[in-house]
Amino acid sequence: MVNNLKFESQKLAINYFIVAAILFGAQLMMGLIAATQFLYPSFLFETFDFSVARMVHINALVVWMLYAMIGSVYYLIPEETGIETVGIKLGKIAFYILTAAVTVVVLVYILVQVGPAEESTIWFINEGREYIEAPRWADIGIVVVVLVFVFNLFATAMKGERTGIMTVLMADVLALAGLYLAGMFFTDNISMDQYWWWWVIHLWVEATWEVFVGCLAAYGLIKMIGARREVVEMWLWIEVAMLFGSGILGLGHHYFWIGTPEYWWEIGALFSALEPVPLVAMFVHVIYDWGKETGLKGDTNEKTMNNTPAFAWFVTNAFGNFLGAGVWGFFHTLPQVNIYTHGTQFTSAHGHLAFFGAYATILIGMFYLGVQGKNGIKVMKSTFASKMAISLITIGVLGMTVSLTVAGYGQVLVERAQMGATWEAFFVSQNLVWFVQGLGWRLALGIVTFIGFLFLIKDLLTISKRYRQVTI
Amino acid sequence: MSKKIVSVWTSIPFWRRSAGWVTGFAAILLIWLTFDSLGQISMGTDEDLKNGITKRVPAPTVINYKITYEMDKKRGHEVPIIGEKEKFFGRDNWSKEEARELLHLGKLASQAKNCMNCHTLLGNGAYYAPDLTKAWLDPAWGPNGSYIPMTNSKTKEEAMSKFLQNPSLYPSHERMMPNLGITEKEAMGLVAFLKHMSSIDTNGFPRNFGRMSTDGVTGAIHGK
Repeated sequence: MVNNLKFESQKLAINYFIVAAILFGAQLMMGLIAATQFLYPSFLFETFDFSVARMVHINALVVWMLYAMIGSVYYLIPEETGIETVGIKLGKIAFYILTAAVTVVVLVYILVQVGPAEESTIWFINEGREYIEAPRWADIGIVVVVLVFVFNLFATAMKGERTGIMTVLMADVLALAGLYLAGMFFTDNISMDQYWWWWVIHLWVEATWEVFVGCLAAYGLIKMIGARREVVEMWLWIEVAMLFGSGILGLGHHYFWIGTPEYWWEIGALFSALEPVPLVAMFVHVIYDWGKETGLKGDTNEKTMNNTPAFAWFVTNAFGNFLGAGVWGFFHTLPQVNIYTHGTQFTSAHGHLAFFGAYATILIGMFYLGVQGKNGIKVMKSTFASKMAISLITIGVLGMTVSLTVAGYGQVLVERAQMGATWEAFFVSQNLVWFVQGLGWRLALGIVTFIGFLFLIKDLLTISKRYRQVTI
Repeated sequence: MSKKIVSVWTSIPFWRRSAGWVTGFAAILLIWLTFDSLGQISMGTDEDLKNGITKRVPAPTVINYKITYEMDKKRGHEVPIIGEKEKFFGRDNWSKEEARELLHLGKLASQAKNCMNCHTLLGNGAYYAPDLTKAWLDPAWGPNGSYIPMTNSKTKEEAMSKFLQNPSLYPSHERMMPNLGITEKEAMGLVAFLKHMSSIDTNGFPRNFGRMSTDGVTGAIHGK
């Protein structure tokens, strides 16, 4: 394998990207199993149950995204600061520890699955709290690894040049790491449990992760189309203000029905209704810069766009973030609507398009930037496989989302509005024609997504082939 | 900057300061509200229950009482009402310690058995199985529901406990619950956990609970 990367930090980033891509595949496999079980409940019953498939599905999702994020930071640190990452040896050790820990956790999930109602289960098997099921020993390991990562970032930014992007990243990563601690305790009080659980989940995906995406988008625009740093960083600060301004108190939209006081209705509704605003801003800004910067460099025949597949994913991100997180989120964020849709397939629809549109897209874009850097390609163009990958994955996830929305619509009308949310109402709604067909389409489009993923992997592995002769 | 700044709207320091202030303000407001909310959702005491003081999250000893879910005219939605004493596994004198231990075991079991990756609790979790927020009050598990006769039980708690210990023995629907190796003691804890959860004031979620139950009247709404 050639490796044109001069910085150890960027070589480490590639390792992170590789593990992320593998976990992305695992996520899709588990999703297919869970989607099949929705239609054929006897499939793998009492050997590999829905709960296990779904747990690995959502955990693989979170972990591959964190891997790709950490990798992205290691990739851009040397370019932003102009120096090798400080303490990169420690960073490498941390990567192997984390990967070993993740492997053990996943194997235990799959082979042991559940445990007795004792503290030891929470310490060694799973914590049973959605998205953060990782057992306590792994929690502690993750914290240690992330501290190493935070140290790498801060030490390098202090030693090298500190750009606006680096400044935002430092504050953001520190908050992201600190929030994880809110999910590391046990309480008998389910309301208290959920209160702090949302500090991790919401303040990650609707605040710190979004700001992270803002940083990546800023970096990508400068790198791929030569956008002016002053303009991009100004936009970044505006986005930070809008994202944190709406996202932090937008946490209130999870506090409507968990035992918390009524004032969260107003606070949650107001601030979460504002959450789409920065997503519109991001979209406008990316498209505007793209239009402004496109053309030829000076008097040469050289195009400014130097990585077409990565940029295509970045643009998909701008649109997908607005659509999935913004529009689908706003659909049912008002308490008057949410009391009927809370905890139905509506939520699932929003979850799928939001995670994909806001995060998966831009992180896949980063994979392509990694491939370009590793192979020292000056101008990387899309191949047939690149186009198939982005089309099939996007159509697949968008289609799954629409299918789940239709299913959720039927479910909400019958289970919640008409029958009053009982046990019986639930099962009646699950057998509705619209519901069953919606889930059928979801599975079909899940398969489409998976085929797109196969094209993506093929492309990431082979896109550099035709540049081999040309490069150094 | 390459050119002179002509307007505050394109000034990076201005936006950086704004971002700092906005974020700081939002974070401080959230922390302040958190202190208030934590006070309101901390568990009540056994004395509160004895004196009829309503708490959003009652004490574990709420398992000694009958819980119903009724329309509150002033608030415009249903709220849990804690009524007279009611036997739970044959006793209505569970002590503070016993009830706390039972709830602790049940909450621990709900995590150890990964309930949240099929069911929703307080509406959060997976959507493969029914919401458990008010499961204790569900007509299906009540005196006229199908689960008491199916499990050959006398009471709701007995039916729930038997079902949990061996769910795949009772195939009530095509989508079944797998056997998770839940012991008798764990099942008892889980039922206590469910009963406690049904007493939490969830601001009217789920809405119109049980309005179309099979027998039309019993169950949670007019449980008195």
